[in-house]
Amino acid sequence: MEMLTSTFGVLDATLRVSTPLILASMAGLFSERSGIVDIGLEGKMLAAAFAAGSVAAVTGSAWLALLCAVIVGVALAMVHGFACITHRGNQVVSGLAINILASGLTVVLGIAWFRQGGQTPSLSGDARFLPIELPFNQTLSDVPILGQFYADVISGHNIIVYIAWLVVFLSWVVVYRTRFGLRLRAVGENPLAVDTGGLSVSGLRFSAVAICGGLSGIAGAYLSTAQNASFVREMTAGQGYIALAALIFGKWRPVPAMFACLMFGFLDAVAIRLQGVVLPVIGEIPVQAIQALPYVLTVVLLAGFIGRATAPKAVGTPFVKER
Amino acid sequence: MSINTSNIALPGWLEIVVIPVLNILLALISAGLIMLAIGVNPVEAVGIMIYGAFGYDEAIGYTLYYTTNFIFTGLAVAVAFHANLFNIGGEGQAYIGGLGVGVVFLTLDSYLPTLLLIPLGIAAAGLFGAAWAFIPAWLQAHRGSHIVITTIMFNFIAASIMVYLLVNVLIKPGQMSPESRLFDEGAWLPFMHEFLARFGFEVSRSPLNVSLFFALICCLFVWIYIWRTRWGYELRTSGYSESAARYAGIQPKTIIISAMCISGALAGFVAVNEIMGVHHRLLLNFTAGYGFTGIAVSLMGRNHPVGIIVASLLFGILYQGGAELAFEIPKITREMVVAIQGLIILFSGALALMLRPWVVHIYLKFSSVDAVEPV
Repeated sequence: MEMLTSTFGVLDATLRVSTPLILASMAGLFSERSGIVDIGLEGKMLAAAFAAGSVAAVTGSAWLALLCAVIVGVALAMVHGFACITHRGNQVVSGLAINILASGLTVVLGIAWFRQGGQTPSLSGDARFLPIELPFNQTLSDVPILGQFYADVISGHNIIVYIAWLVVFLSWVVVYRTRFGLRLRAVGENPLAVDTGGLSVSGLRFSAVAICGGLSGIAGAYLSTAQNASFVREMTAGQGYIALAALIFGKWRPVPAMFACLMFGFLDAVAIRLQGVVLPVIGEIPVQAIQALPYVLTVVLLAGFIGRATAPKAVGTPFVKER
Repeated sequence: MSINTSNIALPGWLEIVVIPVLNILLALISAGLIMLAIGVNPVEAVGIMIYGAFGYDEAIGYTLYYTTNFIFTGLAVAVAFHANLFNIGGEGQAYIGGLGVGVVFLTLDSYLPTLLLIPLGIAAAGLFGAAWAFIPAWLQAHRGSHIVITTIMFNFIAASIMVYLLVNVLIKPGQMSPESRLFDEGAWLPFMHEFLARFGFEVSRSPLNVSLFFALICCLFVWIYIWRTRWGYELRTSGYSESAARYAGIQPKTIIISAMCISGALAGFVAVNEIMGVHHRLLLNFTAGYGFTGIAVSLMGRNHPVGIIVASLLFGILYQGGAELAFEIPKITREMVVAIQGLIILFSGALALMLRPWVVHIYLKFSSVDAVEPV
């Protein structure tokens, strides 16, 4: 019984931790599928988290905070697009610029506006996204295992967790079942063909990058208004890069990328619980080893030792329209 | 704009001086706008920064101490850039370079004389940094995994390894903070104030140490290597066109690995300044983002050692002047420098070509038409 409760506890934590990863890796998916490398997920999430934290603190409305986070995410994505699509700048350099800019600017503005050492004031009540109980969770919790699973793991999260699942489903639909998705995939594989077909390569890429910005915005808002009760400096702590790793792990496909996020989230949830625990046979696993595991696994995968991860063909190369 | 401006050659002074300077000005103007937005007078801020960076002896020392780090990481990024490789892993390579210094000094510092310890420490910093760059390079050359992603991942892996080692293995017994014991004094690089005192010059104490000279020697070697040796020629050829290099009998795989190892070693030398010169013990996060700043430095200095020295000095001024600024104006924090760094990477890196069409148009207006030949 105790075993079951603690397992459910870990799974519950897994869902909470992996939500921003899922949102950010779906964000990256749209950008990279259109041929634009995005290592700026981290920066967009951080800036959005700050925007959400500040707006929620000032207005007291979590939804307004979410909206502003999305706007900030899209705005930074437009900067990325302006540099990489309009001016054919180096996409990695541009993403890095956004990360560094966000890391500096959030602290500068945070201290100038709130004077709390870079933090935003702590939020409560309507300023946050609070856990919601799904229907029937009380009645079903008496049902052994499945009912408990529903009550303990599925129910009781905030709305953004459920939005994240919806986003995965929608991403799959958009990418594989719509005309836009077909064009999106085409522009990431062979932009010249798309251009010859009479479509605007930059138009498609700009819309993909905008979707990416919006989704990273939601991921950022989750960090400061749902998972935590304020913005803290550097609160993304590499999650943007983990999301990128998950995207590669999922071979640039929505559902596998989601599972990669869940796996990385699970590792994170387990790492906290394994601290100082001595396991049979293996002994004590250093927390740092589990924390580094997503990065190590990604390197191993990229090296082709466990399957092959093939990026969209045109990713990273600016498109030059023939004259 | 009806003509394709990217095919029109500009005279060197426009390409090498005017456009980069305009880009940096754009970045600094944006930084000024941010300062205005938080209610700080940018002109006053610039005054404080310049005073903070050059106004007194100690400030100059600090400025040059930061400059030293940026020269190492800037050169590291530049060498890789010439081979068309983007080494984002300077941060991790510098960190592991520190581990090299730590391992060598913690085992040998009481047995060997200074004259042996210092070269050993420098070699260890370079070797460990190179080794940390070798793995991503090998994976890129032989397994086709993208160097950008692997070096990012290796930064995080390096951070985890260092936390583990410092917390569990290398920590000085009986203390709380994860730091190694102090090295024996024989392993310390002389501070600049000590060094100059020997020649009768009195300067104030600062973290500046003789590794600045080593950084300048590295600049010279990188220049010779890239522009005056066969290997450098092969490196640039391979970076410019891999297929052309292959036809010319150059092995791109060897180039990728050697370029990255040199790059990693240069990044590892940050530990020479930080660990051997200043802290004299191994500690967490001594790299403090210098590896990433190296990217901005390299972009700004257009991957040339002379440009890198100038850009490193500018970043040294920004870092030290920024500290003074944060001290004088409470509304501003040191992170303002990080934001400026981001803006510089954006304008002189990602948007480097933004102004070029305008400059070409202005240039064409002022020069006779037949003087311009398309290339």
